[in-house]
Amino acid sequence: MVETPRPRRTFRRPSVIPGFGISFGYTLTCLGLIVLLPLAGLVVKASGLGLSGIWDVATDPRVASALRISFGVSAIAALVASTFGFLVAWVLTRYRFPGRKLVDAAVDLPFALPTAVAGIALASLYAPDGLVGAPLARLGIQVAYTPIGIFIAMVFIGLPFAVRTVQPLIAEIDKEIEEASATLGATRIATLTKVVLPPLIPAVLTGFALAFARGVGEYGSIIFIAGNLPYVSEIAPLLIVIKLSEFDYGGAAAIATIMLGISFLTLLAINLIQAWSRRRFGYV
Amino acid sequence: MSEIFSPISVPAAKPAQAASEGAATRGVLIGISVTFLALFLVLPLFAVFTQAFSKGIGAFLDAFREPDAWSAIRLTLTVAVIAVPFNVVFGLAASWAIAKFEFPGKALLITLIDLPFSVSPVVSGMIYVLLFGSQGLFGSWLIDHGIQILFALPGIVLATVFVTFPFVARELIPLMQEQGTAEEEAALTLGASGLHVFRTVTLPNIRWGLLYSVLLCNARAMGEFGAVSVVSGHIRGLTNTIPLHVEILYNEYNFVASFAVASLLAVLALITLVLKSFLEWRFAGELAHGRAH
Repeated sequence: MVETPRPRRTFRRPSVIPGFGISFGYTLTCLGLIVLLPLAGLVVKASGLGLSGIWDVATDPRVASALRISFGVSAIAALVASTFGFLVAWVLTRYRFPGRKLVDAAVDLPFALPTAVAGIALASLYAPDGLVGAPLARLGIQVAYTPIGIFIAMVFIGLPFAVRTVQPLIAEIDKEIEEASATLGATRIATLTKVVLPPLIPAVLTGFALAFARGVGEYGSIIFIAGNLPYVSEIAPLLIVIKLSEFDYGGAAAIATIMLGISFLTLLAINLIQAWSRRRFGYV
Repeated sequence: MSEIFSPISVPAAKPAQAASEGAATRGVLIGISVTFLALFLVLPLFAVFTQAFSKGIGAFLDAFREPDAWSAIRLTLTVAVIAVPFNVVFGLAASWAIAKFEFPGKALLITLIDLPFSVSPVVSGMIYVLLFGSQGLFGSWLIDHGIQILFALPGIVLATVFVTFPFVARELIPLMQEQGTAEEEAALTLGASGLHVFRTVTLPNIRWGLLYSVLLCNARAMGEFGAVSVVSGHIRGLTNTIPLHVEILYNEYNFVASFAVASLLAVLALITLVLKSFLEWRFAGELAHGRAH
């Protein structure tokens, strides 16, 4: 009896291209040692505290206030960033004007400029004697060392996320649909709100979520302008730094876990939005 | 609307106009956008340079006569020289494995590689403190063996590698996926060795994408503040990178020196932006899809 050779079941689909073992192994090793193992250390530390331990930290008045400020201000900043981000993306994609390319490149400035540099620059601009801070102070608005300062810094770092998520989709809109809508007698406003905007909503929400998540975790560009007064303008990441410098690793891990938990929920929301968008519109 | 149907008028004119905003609306929207960007993005950059030179060029140069400034510059360059090549090798390996082969769990692997982007910089530094700090998991073992990771170069490099981990991989994976495996397979069939194929077929195909990602990776590696600040210990002249030196000078109310050193990083950011825009303009087709605009 001749046994027919059964095809061997393999982890990866067979291919003539060499180097899977070494590249895959190296990838997993680096990922494990640099990203997963250290993050697992955080999980171990946090689970050592237990849910009640984390709850105790979260309900500490100073921590609760810092979390409220981080998440609250970031939500407002992300709203402003995604609103203006949409406008900027629209203007950059649809209109032609001198200097458009330069303006487009400038959108990425917050990605390229180190956060500490942005931080001291914003602090000097919005200080009560600064270029922008002085006129605002005369109007009775104090920006630096208040939550408004945190808001300004968060808009700064969130803006490119908001612009860059919607920009490619605006570029892909089929102009013929708009023209059809116009030919059928719709006003420009009606065409925009009923035809153009609805498919863009998922991208705008994704941009909002990215800007929000970035704002919550941001440290460098905020601490200089915020002034860091406990209960007034102290953000959660700064409180982690303070706890670490006091060797309160448990407290720091608890705050980080709460922040990661909420960020994870935000990411999950993005993925759900994108999945829904793929079903509804056929693209992300 | 009747003129649309009249044979004399140009039929396309009316819908084309109605399919866009009027000139006045355009002008207002462009004005709002440009003003907003100028106020929020460009003004801070402008402020860095005006503050740096506010007491004249002499005061600006004085900031660089300090040995601490030079040791910060040296440390930042050292960290970048280690972290960027590490991420290039990792990015090449990861994109080769993920783009050229089919295996289960690929989406999960890509998500895990992207993970550092969604972790707060402060938390990125903190996880290494939890591992290697004196109260950390391996803390006492490290002390017993006299190995210094935290508040020293290894810790700063680790934190920097963590925050820049996805840069190269996330640019090269989609790029290699778009390019497929046909060219490599052809070369292999003709008898070329694997390494030879990688060098002469794959690498030339991805070179601009690789350069693009190295630019962004380097900018972040040299400018990282939060993560490095947590693991560095702020030892003057020893573990201060350029961004940390900027912070210390600022907190000492030495504003001119602080902005002078910061202007170095601002120039680096500007160079990065110019090169990035150039690559997007000149080699749009050879970068990962969706980057060209």
